[in-house]
Amino acid sequence: MADQARFTEQAMPLMSSLYTAALRMTRNPADAEDLVQETYLKAYRGFGGFEEGTNIKAWLYRILTNTYINTYRAKKRRPDEQDLEEVEDLYLYRRLGGLEAVNLSRSAEDELLDTITDSTVKEALESLPEQFRLAVLLADVEGFSYKEIAEIVDVPIGTVMSRLHRGRRGLQKRLYEFAAARSLLPDVEGAAPATTGAARPSESDR
Amino acid sequence: MTEPGNCDEALHQLYHFLDGELTDDRRTTIRQHLDDCPPCYEMFDFEAELRQVIAQRCRDSVPQSLRDRIASAIDHETSLEY
Repeated sequence: MADQARFTEQAMPLMSSLYTAALRMTRNPADAEDLVQETYLKAYRGFGGFEEGTNIKAWLYRILTNTYINTYRAKKRRPDEQDLEEVEDLYLYRRLGGLEAVNLSRSAEDELLDTITDSTVKEALESLPEQFRLAVLLADVEGFSYKEIAEIVDVPIGTVMSRLHRGRRGLQKRLYEFAAARSLLPDVEGAAPATTGAARPSESDR
Repeated sequence: MTEPGNCDEALHQLYHFLDGELTDDRRTTIRQHLDDCPPCYEMFDFEAELRQVIAQRCRDSVPQSLRDRIASAIDHETSLEY
């Protein structure tokens, strides 16, 4: 018989993290809520099988991911993403590194990192094809190890590493493109499309 | 004596290093290289910071209505057991 108090104490604090993951997976708030609710119910029903002292976050994420794959992935409210293009290593750094920043006391990198918004990051992540999105989400947002990710997604560790590597590069490219579209990039020759007039995008947008 | 790694090797191990997935020996070797090589250090530093930014910006607050719904659902489950 499941111990409700113990479950509540251990599982409920993880809800915002699971909800964030659900949003990135489903890309639809209504589906995300349903997914989280279903996950908690399944977890509660199966709590008797959870080994006390092991990683409950990984356990919950396994349920979340399985439920997502079995129930929601089929829905596909949004059109299929494109395949992930090949992107070089250090995509963002190479484009920002060594460039002059608007504010000379800080680097172009610092400026970008300060001005990237929540929605920029979320959109960029959500635009990745699903298998890469999932890997990057689990590693970089939730902090799981390669081994844990392999268990959560049920693929070999080698596959995890490969998806992570490519996914991260893809994410950097998208961050760059989204940031450029919103004129978040420091004004640099050749970095963003030329705009008419002399005003720097970063100054006029604030 | 282990030689400090070169830049190519450091770059190759960048993500494993940041992911904490290297052996202690390899980790030490790379750290030594970073101490000796400002360009590589800058690169690692940027990637580490980018990752923190991504994690911080990727947050959402759970609607209270969802919390309440789930709490009720679990209560209901419990009542079914008796």
